[in-house]
Amino acid sequence: MGENGAGKTTLAKHLNGLLKPSSGRVLVDGEDTRKKSVAQLARKVGLVFQNPDHLLFSESVRQEVAFALKNFGYPADVIETQVKRTLESLDLSEYADTSPFLLSGGERKRVALAAVLAWEPDYLILDEPTIGQDYQQKERLRNFILQLYSQGKAVVMITHDVEFVAECNPQVVLMSKGKVVGSGSADRVLSSDQLVEKASLVKPQMAKLFARLKPQGFPGDVVDVHRAKMLLEAKLVEVKGSVPQSP
Amino acid sequence: MSGSSEIIRAERLGFKYAGTDKPAIQNVSLSIGRGEFVLLTGPSGCGKSTLCRCLNGLIPNFYQGEISGDIMVDGLSTSKQLTSELSRHIGYVFQNPENQLFALTVEKDIAFGPENLGLSRAEIRSRVDSAMHVTNTVGLKDLAPYELSGGQQQRVALAGVLAMQPSMIVLDEPTSFLDPKTAEEIMSAAEQLRQDQGITILVVEHRLDLVARYAKRIIVMNKGEVVADGGLEETLDTQFEMLTGLGVGVPRVSLLWAMLRRDGFVTGRVPTHVEEAADSLSKRLGN
Repeated sequence: MGENGAGKTTLAKHLNGLLKPSSGRVLVDGEDTRKKSVAQLARKVGLVFQNPDHLLFSESVRQEVAFALKNFGYPADVIETQVKRTLESLDLSEYADTSPFLLSGGERKRVALAAVLAWEPDYLILDEPTIGQDYQQKERLRNFILQLYSQGKAVVMITHDVEFVAECNPQVVLMSKGKVVGSGSADRVLSSDQLVEKASLVKPQMAKLFARLKPQGFPGDVVDVHRAKMLLEAKLVEVKGSVPQSP
Repeated sequence: MSGSSEIIRAERLGFKYAGTDKPAIQNVSLSIGRGEFVLLTGPSGCGKSTLCRCLNGLIPNFYQGEISGDIMVDGLSTSKQLTSELSRHIGYVFQNPENQLFALTVEKDIAFGPENLGLSRAEIRSRVDSAMHVTNTVGLKDLAPYELSGGQQQRVALAGVLAMQPSMIVLDEPTSFLDPKTAEEIMSAAEQLRQDQGITILVVEHRLDLVARYAKRIIVMNKGEVVADGGLEETLDTQFEMLTGLGVGVPRVSLLWAMLRRDGFVTGRVPTHVEEAADSLSKRLGN
């Protein structure tokens, strides 16, 4: 996370070798990216661009998602199964034969994600995945990311969406002006005035709310709504000395 | 007609893109008054951007398809006007800022609209300077648009629209490429324009928390139709389940309150922003 122009996307492009470092080095699975081609690295590291229009070019969503699989030389039946499964998991099946360019911004973003997920890279880099997604799509995306994570895949996400981060609760690395300026767990980073200020973020609403409720004895690192609800319920019962009344 | 208090009137508006089977929007009737700050929201693919394209005449003048019903903007019928004429009345900041930036420098890009109105050099200068000032893009003026980050591009796109001095500005997911701080700055800049110059603002946004402070009215679309249109506070309070059911990104404090209220821990109206929620909770928790 970090302000516009902090260097997040530039860093991400180093992870699959699109950019090679002019100093220092980047290792993927212990191998120097300067010694590998983008094509070699791409099998391991899938990068989904911020702007889907930089990636999409096929005549149908189906062809778009099958493109990389064809290039990797998979047999037709594997491609078909894999495309079908990926489209289903991202709620895109009904658009299989539609041109990506007839879809809405949020839908195109999901097609771009599908086109990368289709070949199941070990590491996934998502540049602003929540752009144009409504809340239900974000929930779907969050579950999807957690599922990949539980399968042992690494997910790196670039995002400005502090509420989405609060709900995923990952490790957070903050960047500003081309440098890493802080890191830690999401609840610690997003509730810290100092770190949030450094990276031009704003706190999630729960962190703002609980900063104001601190005099009532609440912890200072609440960032997600479910933990907030639990803490408040306990306190409200304590204060009222009674069980909740039905509305 | 510019004396009328109404800037947008749509009656049973519908549009079906060429090559698609079902209409992207249908039966949309609404009226927007001069100087309003309106939020337009709804699930991904519900027709929000299509409605916006009808407002600035891109539909039916640019996009192919079948339009039905009527739409008047600033007293003009969009199908009888050139998009270039409409651009003096309504400015549109695209979802993807790259789609509207093309000049070799930021400054030239912002000047493009006013130059094509045939304004004097001094007037163009003053409009460009003022637009760059409001959007905090002065420092970018000699850069090429492709050198900018997504957020910087979005601010330049807004500056280009501002330089046209339109009566109304439509911002289509203006904060999507922006860091949260810049997003707040863009929103408060839009509100400032509304207050100072009476410009009507329509923001398309999934995340209500960014807009709830400014928008008094919310229009909700689903499957191409308007399903709610009313005061933002009142709609959040009385139609909360419907909004979350549609996947509208309600402010987290509103969600927290609605969950506590559902389970009988609090009563009273759903708050729309953090300060309001903090005050209500502090009162109930006692000091």
